This record gives sequence, C-alpha cells and structure tokens, in this order.
Amino acid sequence: MNQPAKDPLKGYRGQARQALERFGVRVWSEVRLTNDAGSVFEGVILPRSETFDDLHVVVKMRNGYNTGVHVERIRAIQELGYKEAVYKIPEREFPFNAGLPKVTLLGTGGTIASRLDYRTGAVIPAFTPGELYGAVPELADICNLTTRKLFGVFSENMSKDQYIPLAQAIGEEIAAGADGIVIGHGTDTMGHTAAILSFMVQHSPVPIVLVGSQRSSDRPSSDAALNLIHAVRSAAYGDIAEVMISMFGPTSDRYGLLHRGTRCRKMHSSYRSTFRTVGDIPLCMVSRDRFDYLTRDYLPRDKSRKVHIDAVYDDRVTILYYYPGMKPDLVDALVEKGYKGIVIAGTGLGHVNKPLYPALKRAIQQGVHVVMAVQTLWGYAQMYVYDTGRDLLDIGIVPLDNMLPETALMKLCWVLGHTQDHAEVMRMMRTPVSHEITEREPHNGYLILQGGLPETEEFITSHWK
Amino acid sequence: MASERIDYAEVGLMAGLEVHQQLLTRRKLFCKCPAGLYTQKHDGEILRHMRPTLSELGEYDGTALMEFKTKKNIIYLLHKSNVCTYEMDDTPPFLMNPEALDVAVEQCLMLGCDIVDEVHVARKQYLDGSIPTGFQRTAIVGVNGKLPFAGRTLGIVQVSVEEDSCREVRDRGHLIVWRTDRLGMPLIETVTAPDLRTPDEVAEAILLIGRVCRTTRHVRVGIGASRQDVNVSVRGGRRVEIKGVPKAGWARRLVHGEAIRQVNLLRLQKELRGRGFAKAEDLKLEHRDVTRLLTQSGYSHFRAEAWEAFVQQEKRRPGFELGEGRFCVRAVKLPGLAGTLCWPTQPYHDFSHELAGRVRVIAGLDQQPILVSSERWPDYADSRRELGRLRKHLHCAEGDALVLVWGPEADTITAAQEIGIRYQAALDGVPNETRQPFPDGSTDFERILPGPDRMYPDTDHPPVRMTRDRVERLRVALPPPPWEREARWEAAGVPRQTVRYLIRRGGAELVDLVVRRAEADVLRAGRFFGERWKALRRRGISVDKIEPERWVELFAVLRERPVLWEAQDAIARALAERPERTLQETLSDLGLDRPAGDWRSELGRVLADLPPSRAKAAPGAWPRRAMARVMPGLRGRVPGREVWEAVRAFEPRAAAQGVKP
Repeated sequence: MNQPAKDPLKGYRGQARQALERFGVRVWSEVRLTNDAGSVFEGVILPRSETFDDLHVVVKMRNGYNTGVHVERIRAIQELGYKEAVYKIPEREFPFNAGLPKVTLLGTGGTIASRLDYRTGAVIPAFTPGELYGAVPELADICNLTTRKLFGVFSENMSKDQYIPLAQAIGEEIAAGADGIVIGHGTDTMGHTAAILSFMVQHSPVPIVLVGSQRSSDRPSSDAALNLIHAVRSAAYGDIAEVMISMFGPTSDRYGLLHRGTRCRKMHSSYRSTFRTVGDIPLCMVSRDRFDYLTRDYLPRDKSRKVHIDAVYDDRVTILYYYPGMKPDLVDALVEKGYKGIVIAGTGLGHVNKPLYPALKRAIQQGVHVVMAVQTLWGYAQMYVYDTGRDLLDIGIVPLDNMLPETALMKLCWVLGHTQDHAEVMRMMRTPVSHEITEREPHNGYLILQGGLPETEEFITSHWK
Repeated sequence: MASERIDYAEVGLMAGLEVHQQLLTRRKLFCKCPAGLYTQKHDGEILRHMRPTLSELGEYDGTALMEFKTKKNIIYLLHKSNVCTYEMDDTPPFLMNPEALDVAVEQCLMLGCDIVDEVHVARKQYLDGSIPTGFQRTAIVGVNGKLPFAGRTLGIVQVSVEEDSCREVRDRGHLIVWRTDRLGMPLIETVTAPDLRTPDEVAEAILLIGRVCRTTRHVRVGIGASRQDVNVSVRGGRRVEIKGVPKAGWARRLVHGEAIRQVNLLRLQKELRGRGFAKAEDLKLEHRDVTRLLTQSGYSHFRAEAWEAFVQQEKRRPGFELGEGRFCVRAVKLPGLAGTLCWPTQPYHDFSHELAGRVRVIAGLDQQPILVSSERWPDYADSRRELGRLRKHLHCAEGDALVLVWGPEADTITAAQEIGIRYQAALDGVPNETRQPFPDGSTDFERILPGPDRMYPDTDHPPVRMTRDRVERLRVALPPPPWEREARWEAAGVPRQTVRYLIRRGGAELVDLVVRRAEADVLRAGRFFGERWKALRRRGISVDKIEPERWVELFAVLRERPVLWEAQDAIARALAERPERTLQETLSDLGLDRPAGDWRSELGRVLADLPPSRAKAAPGAWPRRAMARVMPGLRGRVPGREVWEAVRAFEPRAAAQGVKP
C-alpha cells in the first residue's frame, strides 16, 4: 500500500540521489532528461524501490513506458512541471436498498479491490463501500455493504494481535445485526486464519466468509472481483453459518467453492484454484446466480442463535516438520525457549526417528504438550499400527487423527489460551469443534488427479480447468 | 462520391510504422516453454473474462470500457507441448530470457538506437483476450534510432522487446477462442517516427526495417513472423492504426484507402456541421423495439424463426456465444441524418459500414449484413411498404434516416447506443481507431485506439540492468547494416533485386565471407549466393548444409581456376551430399582435379561415330548433341566455349549451314 511520499527523493540513495539533487529535480517532477547520446526522455520522475541499485533514475515516459537512466549518462534534466501523485480513490456512494441483506466486510490488509494510477503506476487499494462500489458495482445488487478496516498487514504478518481483535469484531458485527460477514484477507495464511476463527467464533448465526485473490485486482484477468461477488453473495444469502473460505473452484472463471475453515489449505503458490478442502469435500459451489450445496452436514443460518466468541490465544506453540535425521537438540531448544506446545507433522501414519524419543519424553515431562499430525496432509495419524507409533504413544504424544497440521497448530494455540492442564488440553484437542477431526474419510475426499494417465487426460481435455 | 485519387501532400498524409518481428530464440520470453512450436490441436481449455481496471480518474479507460461492454467469453486452447501455467496466467513471470534480450539489443543496434541503461517491464493492457493476463509484458530496450531512407532519415522512436499474443481461432457473437501456442514468444516492436508521406514510402519502409532485422539472422522468418501496424492520418484527421498488416505489398492500398476514408470523414463532419449538428446533444437518436411490426416481414432476418434457425445452424449456445434476452428487431431513428448512411468513406464502403463495424464488435451482433438502413433498404416483397410503415411508426420526417438491427434484446440496445456513439464521433471528424485490414485493401473497425493510459509497471518483474559492456560485446559482433552492403554490392554490379534477396533470405554473410577470405569477385559471389542458390535449392540440393569454410575454400580455388565455375552445380551437389569430404577430395571425386590434357584429339575420336543430323533437323542440332556427349567429361576442366568451337570444327559440313554458336 502506498503512502504519500514524504521524502521528495523517495527511494533514491547514493549517486542517483546526488544526481537528482544536482539537477534540482525531485520525484513527481515532469522533466526533459537528456543523456550522453543525445536521447531525450520526457516524462515524470518516479520514486525508486529501495531494493534497487543507486545508479539509475526512473522516468515514466509520455507513452507510458518506464525506463532507468544511468546517472553517469545524464547530461541535463530540465524541470517542466511538478505534479505530486495523490493516492486517493474517488468514491461513489454505495446505494442503499432497503430490501437487501446487510453484509459487513472486515479488512485485514489484503487488497481486494484497487485501482491503478496510470500516471505513476501505483496500485491504490479500494476498501470503503464507496470505493468498492466504484470497482465492483455488482456488489450493490447483492447487499447493503458496510466496511470496517481492522488492520493493514500482509497475511504472513497476521498473528495473535490480529486474531483476537478480528474474532471480537466478528462478534460485534453479529451483535449489530449483520446478515453475514466477509473478511478480506491475503491468501498466504488465509487457511490459518480460517482455522483459528473456527475455534474462536462458535455457534455463529450467520456465514463468515474469508476471501482474497490470487491475481491482484489491478490486473484485468484478476479473480478478485468474482471472488468478492461470490463471498458477498455467500454471506448475504448462503445457508452455511460457519467460518469458510470462498475462492475459485477451477482456474476458469466459472464458480467459487466454499471450504470449511478447519479443512482448507492453499495448495499452489500461484494458481487461482489454489484452495482445496483436504480429507473431505467442499461445502458448496457458488456462482453469480446460484448455490449448489455439496453436503447437508453444516450449521445452517439461524439468526436466533447466539454466537459464542472465545478469543484466547497462546502463541508459545510451534510446528515441527519432521525430516529424516532430525536431531533431538531441536526439541530441547524449543523447550528451553519456553514453548508450551509442539505439533509434530510426522511421516506416514505419524512417526519420527528413535533418537528423538528421549528429547520428546523430556519435553513432555517438563509440561510441553506434544501432538501428532501427518505431513502427508491426507489420511489419519494411526500410531498404533507400528511399534514406532506405539512407542510415541507411550511417551505421551497424542495423535490428532486427520487434523491438518496448520489447523492443529492454531487449535493448540487456542486451547493453551484456556488451560495448561495436560489432560484437559488433550481432551480439548481431540474433541472436534468444527470438523477439524472427522470420523470418516470419504473416498472422494482424497483426489489428486495424476496427469498423464489416459483417464485423467480425457477428463482434463473435456472439462474447463 | 468515392474519390479514388488524391494528392497525398495536399491532404497532409502522415504515416508511421510499428513493426513486430519475432526473435529467433529457443525459449519464450518469460517462461521456459519452447518458442516457435505451433500446434493445431489442443488438450485443455480454460474460460476467462476480462475486467477493466479503474484508471486515474476512477473512470474506465475508453478502450477498456468498450471491450468490457462486449461481454466476451474468452476461451484459451492449451497444448502441453508449448504452454505452461505461465501462459495460463496461473504463474508469475520468470526472469526475462537473456538470449531474447541480447537479440533485441542487437536489433536495436542495427536500427541505430541508443540502448537504455535499465530495462523496465511494463504491462500494456489488452482486454480483447489476446493475452490471458489482460496485458502484454513489454519493455523499451532502445530509443532514438535512425535509418537512411530514400535520401533522408527515418526516425526510430523506440524499440521494445515484448511477448507475442495468442492466435485467434474464431470470434462469434460473445465468444472468442484463442490458441496459446504463439503466446509469450519474444518479439521486438520497432516504432518509427511519422515520417512517411506516401503509400509507396510506407511499403518501402516496411521492407527496409525487414532487411535491417534480418541482417542479424537472429529473427524468425515465415508466415506471421513479422507483422506491422501502420499508423495513418491526414491533416485535420486523427491517428488510425491498421493492425497486423502481413505484407509490405498490402500497405499501399491500405494507406491509400485510409487516407481517402479520413478525407471523406472530414467532409462528413463539415456536412453535419452544415446541418446544425455541432455537439452530441444535437443528435437526437431514438430507438424502439419493432419486432412485433415485422413478424410477417418478407425479409427473413427480421423474423424470430429465421433467427432461431441461424442460432441452431451456427450452434450458438445461450449465455455463451449468444447474448441475453429474447429475439428483438430494433429500429434506430436518426433525425435529420438522411443521406449520411451512404456517405462514402473508404473505397467501396459508406458510413453504414462504420456503424456495422461497431455493432459487430461491441454489441456482438454479427449476422450479415449486421444492419440495414433506410438508404440501402433490401429488396423483397412489399419491402418499400414495410419501410414506410416503420418510418411512420417512428414518426420519421423526410430528412430522417432509419437503421435496423436484430438479435438478442440486450445486444440490440447496445447496438443502438453504439450507433449514437459513432455519430457523435463523426461530429468530431475521425475517431482514433484500430482497424483490421483485409486483402482487398479495405479495413474494418477492431477497437478504439488505446492511449498511454493503458500502460503501467509490471510489479512482478524487477528492472534489468543493461551494462555498456554487454552492449559493446553485442555491437562488435554485428554484421554490416544492409545499406552498407547494398551500396558496396550494387557498385560491383549485383542487381538490386539480388542484393535484397541476399539480405532478406540469407546468403549475405557468405558473400561477405568469401569476398573477405577468398578474395572472391563480388559480382560472382553475389550472383552465386543470390541467384544460383535458389535454383540449386529448387533441385533439392541442400546448399544450406554446406559449411561456410567449404565455400571459402571453393571460392579460393575458383579464383585460381575460373573454369571450375562451369561445374558449380555438380560441386555444390557433391559438397551437400557428402559434407564429410574435403574440397580437394570432392574435386577429385568429380574428376575435376586433373588437367584436361590433349582433349582436342580425344574429341575427334569420341565424335567420329556421332551420325549427322537429318536434313530437316533444326540448325545447331548436331553441335548440341555433340556437346551433350562430350561436356560431362570436360565441364569444369575446359571452358565450354572452347569445347563448342572445337566441336563445330568436327561438324559434318552438310548439316552445318546456318548454325549459330
């Protein structure tokens, strides 16, 4: 997110900064720059990213292209004018329509909608209802929208200080009569936030939908507008009053999927269809004009239900992604540093190597709560099958069945916010709140189509991806 | 009146070029897919839509808005062999292919450009779907170039390296289908200054830039490897871009036609002003649904069942190829605009063609003839009376004109609005447009010409530093520019056509090589590589496979023994067929390494039993038969002329009369 430039030579250091000072121009100056070959660059001096070198001055030329001119080749810079960029999106009043549901959009920092400043190339986020209306006018046909910006952080910077106020804000908005809540969120840790909210916000009367985009909204091919439309529709009209993620189903512009907050994971670094429900099926398909529920096993919308906000969190918990040859001192170090909970993402059915056993035993004896999830993501931790698993059970490591490792991490943080009593911690960990452990894995809950096989090729050739 | 002849200087014709040339690289520009691997089949499809991004004033950029209004469903055809998730816009770009950047710098240096110090990747928006991201990644590499042209200088404003777009498969109604194989291949766009003044100059400049690009041999050749956009305006008119002109030869008629179109549109503007139309509010277009008036019409397009049949036949699916709403015929009343629909524009077209272009592209109504107007009303049973009824229904006065469009209701409304927008633009003279060229020299509307507003920086790619060392390393290896070769070779007597062939199609480096290394005669070398090669290739001899070093050796031997020239075809064939043999071995294989010895006495023995020609035989028949018998053993060892003279001496006297050598 761009803030107005305070430094008149924003981003310029060293030689480039000296050059601009020497020629008496600054960022946003409209200039005529001449180099040693007599080439003339007319345009605006842009701010420079601090991570770039200090040897070039960036000019946005009249034809819209940017170019960097090496300071040693600059012969003259003539200032033709100056016009500071104003990073403000024009607002249009979001129309109120008495007949439509009330939806609240909570902002955490992800850019759901934005506009481009073509003069500078800056991306300016749109967030207020008026701004969003300008960017995604379809929203006005769906609901009466109010927005509330809670924080401005990238999703990888979300943690305790955001999770608790976010859960509380949801409670406030529900109390204020919202028919549904949408949370704008960066996609990287959207799964984590969905998981923790599933524990912190229980018995919601209305849908709580997290949404983001895989292609930023400054691109014509962005998935942001459609995702937002799907999410707002789900919040306004959908029947599922759970914490969910709404993102693209396929990579084609077709429909979104509603994933349960505890069972969803980002599975590709860049695909639009990156979010997948793991170990189960998604709850619903959502498009511009319909909902196709894929299951009846959900908490339906019921305005009379009283929400229970339970926003506690202890962040002295970590996840230990086991690998062959892992050394026990890693575990000792965690204990020494005061960690209270360890989620092991173990191999196979939930295993680690033997040299770790004594260290894990020491940890448990010192009051650290150690649980086991599987790094295969699909399937159950079934530690009674092999001796190695049975040994770990004996040490006191508690298996979490088919709880996803990240969900287990978030849940342990939440549980340790309530109690340090080992038996109680383990009881809570093993008692599902929102399908984070399921008793049955349906055979369509594990589907990774293997490319290259004739039947897969037939499928992907005949269906829009 | 379609005035076919105009004085280009008088109307102030100005033209410039944007020449697109694919670069010869192994891989694409921003991913590791192979470049130049085209497929006709696909093994996957994705469906997408484009949404305009808000511009500076919170409004949509004109082109973007237009393209959004078209509500296109866009399908991309994928094949695993030539696209990855980058082309699908499901993976960010990888770092720019350094090979492509080097070739682009070479091209810039050939074009006399100043190479920029830091290459910044920009996004250039295209919402027609031709690129799945909705923008083309492009970066300026060179600026401020100059080419000698027709005794003056043709300015090169800039050269950018960019990714190629998809190939259009079909565009029907609201569905456009693109093939992605070409997408992402590196190309350069060379933008000239608007320095061209006649259609001939435009064609010449295209050829010149083509020769400059090809000189490095690092560009692709063949269909679609180079395409140019021609920008044309006349005084008082506006820049119109004729997009994707495939050949220089097409440019002449296209530029001429556009000049005439602009002159005529300016005349129309004057006419409209004369009628009191000065601003948009003066145009009081109305439109009305007239479907029910036409259910029994003799013109089938006006009837719902004919529309249904069309939809069936074309297999148009609702909500996909087909727009929204029931079938509708819509009449647009144009008050005070009678006579403007048949106003001439480009040769063989009138103003209604301008309207039809907009309706087809923007409203997605593409059933020919797209629209009918009161000024070219179709002829069918009761047609005049039906027109009369329509005019009456819309309360048309004498000076009012009428246009009818048909199709799904929502699209007919868009069409009516677009007709209004096109008339508004007519009040302003010539609208900035991108137009699509056709082989007959005509053009049709493609989109509103985008401005600089559609450019913004690509935040996915860091700037690339272009050091002077890298530039100089590339400069040192450059071949001489084409005009330098042209001057040198033409001075030696090589015909201009041959010179240009050498530069465009290859062979120029070999000429320079054998001249430099083997001191070959320029004219002989030029003719050999520029003319003889074609003939050899046609005979299936793969001359391209012969190592350059062999040619140097051959031309060195030829300088010593010019008589070998007469055996050039045989030598070339032998060299191509057995590339592992040295030149000496090859000459020995062909028996060309031995001197001819006493060939004259041999001649008498060989020809003694050649019977004389019959009395009625054509003059010269005997000596030709004799030559055919003796030359295979002597070609390349004894000059043919000497053999000919010797043969003539042996000719039986009776048959020799009237024979010319």
